[in-house]
Amino acid sequence: MENAVKVQDLTKRYGDVTAVDHISFDVGKGEVFGFLGPNGAGKTTTIRVLTCLVKPDEGHAFVAGFDVLKSPVKVKQHIGVVPEVANAYIDLSAWENLILMGKLYGVRMSKLRENVTFLLKEFGLYEVKDKLVRAFSKGMKQRLLLCMALVNDPEVLFLDEPTSGLDVESARILREKITQYNSNGKTVFLSTHNMEEANQLCHRIAIINHGRIAAIDAPESLRAQSMELQCIDVAFNKPVDPQEFSSIPAITEAVPAGNKVRIYTADPSAVIEILAEFAKKENLRIIGLNTMMPSLEDVFLKLVKSKDAVIE
Amino acid sequence: MNSFVEQFKRSLVVAEKNIKIYYSKGPVIVFGLVFPLFLALAYVIGRNVPLKEILPGLIGMTTFFTATSVGPSIVPWETRSKTLERLLCCPVAFWTIIFGDMLSSFIFGLIISVVPLVLIQTLGIELLNFVLLIFGLVFANICFAAFSVLLSAYPPTDVPSTTMMLSSLVKFPLVFISGVFIPVDQLPPWGTAIASISPLTYYIDMVRHLFLGKGFYPLTVDFLAVVAFMLAFTFAAIKLHERTLAKRLS
Repeated sequence: MENAVKVQDLTKRYGDVTAVDHISFDVGKGEVFGFLGPNGAGKTTTIRVLTCLVKPDEGHAFVAGFDVLKSPVKVKQHIGVVPEVANAYIDLSAWENLILMGKLYGVRMSKLRENVTFLLKEFGLYEVKDKLVRAFSKGMKQRLLLCMALVNDPEVLFLDEPTSGLDVESARILREKITQYNSNGKTVFLSTHNMEEANQLCHRIAIINHGRIAAIDAPESLRAQSMELQCIDVAFNKPVDPQEFSSIPAITEAVPAGNKVRIYTADPSAVIEILAEFAKKENLRIIGLNTMMPSLEDVFLKLVKSKDAVIE
Repeated sequence: MNSFVEQFKRSLVVAEKNIKIYYSKGPVIVFGLVFPLFLALAYVIGRNVPLKEILPGLIGMTTFFTATSVGPSIVPWETRSKTLERLLCCPVAFWTIIFGDMLSSFIFGLIISVVPLVLIQTLGIELLNFVLLIFGLVFANICFAAFSVLLSAYPPTDVPSTTMMLSSLVKFPLVFISGVFIPVDQLPPWGTAIASISPLTYYIDMVRHLFLGKGFYPLTVDFLAVVAFMLAFTFAAIKLHERTLAKRLS
């Protein structure tokens, strides 16, 4: 697969703080690449380097085949960006904002009018195209930002937490549009806190922590790498102290979860047998039992909690 | 060359956007229209001096205040609303944005500068060379516009009123040392030396040449000095804004 983004040994420091520490990864053309990490992990700094807003201190980055240091204008000509903070011009209308963006990308006026009309209709903003953006709701502003990022039909779309703070419906619309855009063969680089969103949208996910890449893989593979995070939720007819299970070697951890006990294990079938024996011995009845694969959130928390969990 | 032309076109787009957004902002109206108007009235009314003697100072002051009224506010405003980041994500060079800001400031100054020109034509006031005055006016407006954008570079604040206040602290003393109220040839030697560091001095001296046929410096020196200041301010504005950009984006 050809690369839409190529990052080699990228490092960015702010004074004594290393925001991004020698990270390397590739994003294939047509891929939706998720970038996950806790606050301050280096997600936004990485996006800012890739969108040519800040210069890296070390390493190289190529976007759409162009070097971010040597050809920033060419890089920017081929990308669209939805930043973390809504930043459309609130004193201009939706139409004027989109025309402004198109002109800055050098799109011909006849083609631009066509693109803008299409995007406004597609994102349900055509009826309010002449209203000043200051009157827009957060969801409308975010849809407009996505329109602004798409006005030049970019090869790579960078989205920095695009659904953060949005209501359920606006977030769903945005996710649908991202999927639709990607189905046309375009690349999406998505930074998000929302694990479910990453799970739904991304072909691969990178987890960044303390400025370093902790893991890169497909969501399913990341979960498979953390089989010790499989868990069993078990409910007995009487309350049971999770500590009763802590000494059993097959069990990694047992914690209370409402009226149930959540047991983490790499070997669920062995643990189910142990639980059945335990119930028989203690004269208890198992009234509910569920086995669960590790969620992306479990994997994420495991990786970010471990400072040294870094693979290159 | 082709990419330079393309970037210049995008500067015009930035300027067009600034005109739509910033010309109607309160501080721009106050510092660019109301203030120079009242200062001009205070300068003219009650002075028993022929209009021709008053005009160089009046034109100089009007051009200076109007051309420097838009520039200082744009970058802080865009920093605050995060639209600077939006512009920087577009395929524009940094100088393109600064140049666009300069252009919008220049156009504002130029539009208001037409008022004294109309006054001159209406009253039939004779001058040496009207075309030369227009050239001078254009160069001076660019020079002052670049100066105004430079004034917003430091400190890298996102509060427009801070920049407006600080720029006033620089602009007012400049008016007093530039021969607006007292012609440079009537200043003591130390006054002349101080006046020589102000671009406004050369512009007013140029206008005095054109209206009164006399000035402190030769007319060529006045023109060259305005152009030199214009280039220096433009270069300094781009470089200084580049240096403070990281702080604005953080």
